[in-house]
Amino acid sequence: MAIRCQFEGSNEIGVFTKLTNSYCLVGIGGTQNFYSTFEEQLGEVIPVVHASIAGCRIVGTLVAGNRHGLLVPNSTTDAELQSLRDHLPDKVKVQRIEERLSALGNVITCNDYVALVHPDIDQETEELIRDVLQLEDVFRHTVANNVLVGSYSVLTNQGGIVHPSTSIQEQEELCGLLQVPLVAGTVNRGSNGVSAGLVVNDWAAFVGLETTATELNVIESIFKISDTPHSAITTTMRDVLVDSLT
Amino acid sequence: MESMTVKQSIGKILCCECGTPIDPNPSNQCIGCIRTKVDITEDIPKSAPLCFCRGCERYLDPPSCWLKAALESRELLRLCLKKVKGLNQVRLVNAGFLWTEEHSKRIKVKLTVEKEIHSGAVLQQQFVIEFIIQHQLCDECHRVEAKDYWNSLIQLRQKTDHKRTFYYLEQLIAKHRVHTQTSNIKAAHGGMDFYFGSEQASNKMLDFLTSVVPCKWTKSKKLKSHDIHSNTYNYKITYSVEIVPICKDSVVCLPAKLSHQLGGISQLCIVLRVTNNIFLIDPSTAQVAEVSNALYWRSPFNAVCSSKKLTEFIVIDINEADVKHFKGQGQVSKKHKVVELWVQRAEELGVGNPVFCLSHLGNVVRHGDSVLGYDLKNSNVNDSNMEKLPDLPDVIIVKKIFGDRATRNRKRKWKLRHLGIDDDISSQNRDYIDFLEDLEEDPTIRANINIYRNEDKV
Repeated sequence: MAIRCQFEGSNEIGVFTKLTNSYCLVGIGGTQNFYSTFEEQLGEVIPVVHASIAGCRIVGTLVAGNRHGLLVPNSTTDAELQSLRDHLPDKVKVQRIEERLSALGNVITCNDYVALVHPDIDQETEELIRDVLQLEDVFRHTVANNVLVGSYSVLTNQGGIVHPSTSIQEQEELCGLLQVPLVAGTVNRGSNGVSAGLVVNDWAAFVGLETTATELNVIESIFKISDTPHSAITTTMRDVLVDSLT
Repeated sequence: MESMTVKQSIGKILCCECGTPIDPNPSNQCIGCIRTKVDITEDIPKSAPLCFCRGCERYLDPPSCWLKAALESRELLRLCLKKVKGLNQVRLVNAGFLWTEEHSKRIKVKLTVEKEIHSGAVLQQQFVIEFIIQHQLCDECHRVEAKDYWNSLIQLRQKTDHKRTFYYLEQLIAKHRVHTQTSNIKAAHGGMDFYFGSEQASNKMLDFLTSVVPCKWTKSKKLKSHDIHSNTYNYKITYSVEIVPICKDSVVCLPAKLSHQLGGISQLCIVLRVTNNIFLIDPSTAQVAEVSNALYWRSPFNAVCSSKKLTEFIVIDINEADVKHFKGQGQVSKKHKVVELWVQRAEELGVGNPVFCLSHLGNVVRHGDSVLGYDLKNSNVNDSNMEKLPDLPDVIIVKKIFGDRATRNRKRKWKLRHLGIDDDISSQNRDYIDFLEDLEEDPTIRANINIYRNEDKV
């Protein structure tokens, strides 16, 4: 079941939060409510970490990562980097990268296997992404003619949601590349910026408070977030199937 | 290599409110959901008053202009849209009238407006504004309604026993449309009164009158109110305009001095025509003279006989007259010819004796014609100039009778326009018939006025 929440009055919770299958980063806020929501849902399974990047709390926009690793921009201070390394599980590699497009959350969207990146990203950065996040493929692409793929798409191992005006052809093409089902959708009562209004991993989802029931339905069905136990084919057998397809 | 273009088709998304599949739009909601949440016309009042003057059937165009506008006309639509407040917040796409019953005093205007709502979507919406017609008298009508509410008055008078001059004046006024600024026109004894809302308008009328008829005027004012603080005075102004008491076909007796001045014309003259000057002709020599307005008031003279006293004579005999001209004599008419006539009163035909006279009508009269003239011998005239004359002619012939009055009246194929000042314009009104006959006989007067075809007679 997806949770509706708000970060200090803002519905753009994706800006302040980074959620993967192995950790969750939450921006340092004035109150503890937001953090508590995440802690309550995820605390038993994965670490929920207060974090800041270059003194800013917009961690969701500035970092990119998945189960295997975390990429932070060049502006991250050494203390922050050290703090992240201390709090995250040991198997998660934290890497600071030299990249002109420093809002990594806006230019990279990834799950545990593939990533879409901004078309203008450095070659070296692309290599780093591939290595740190242990990805099979990294694709330079756009979503509905927007280069900020990280802002206009959200991806997990179960599925993905893209900008509402993405054409059917483009959706099919992206499905082919990413090997997950995609849907065009909105969050926060018709907002296009899906990654700002939505944080999701393979079993939990958090959305902005404004999000309507219809939007929530779309999100839950594409990311397969539900209270009912999943059938075997979508959970345990999936990795096998994906392996055989590639 | 073959290039392949893929046709892009936009996928459907679900409306975030109701879940209907829709094309993506900036707000990502279906039209229905946007409509329920956003009303771009909420700042625009849905009814407004519209002031209408029942007197002149005009609409008030604020702040103080009154406009004539037919129902469902462009002008009325412009006026209605001007009254709608908050229309500058939206973009007006279309506007039109919905039909309403005229007596319902309601005008309905259907508007289509556009406005950009949040996140760049443009919403179009239709709605109806009801205008309630409220009655309000316009300033002009208010003056008229308040009966004697006028600022200035022109009292036009002529001391004669008939109204032909006023009939002529009515036609001139109608032609030049000078009456449009009057608030009221009333017929008074011996003339007419013109009422005006402003002094300016009455001055205009006064200028017109002095240019078309010989007249003099005096001005008088009465203080209505006075503000000592701002030193303003509010007057009612009355102009008394007197038209010369002389008409066409009257006989006048000039003062001896004036007759001298006019080139030795004889003192007894016939008035040929009155425009803004007086044109005289001497029946015994066909000498003509023109008396200007200023000259008349310097040495005024009265009509000895006016057209009401004309009697009918029958021409018995005509002889060539020997007219003596002298040096320094004024202009002599080429159109007229002086003849010696023997005439007899029509009612005494075969009984009395013929009377001798000189007449300028030599070109038009024949034996046995009926003519109109004044019987000076049998009339009692009180005129100081005339009393000094040594010898008087017995009869002065003025004009020839062209056909029977009743027949001419019946056959008349034209008519005139009326301002409704004097309603006594019937076939029984002798003055009016005389005026119509004058028009037929004198092209110079006819040229100044507008004549209309009488569709009943044609």
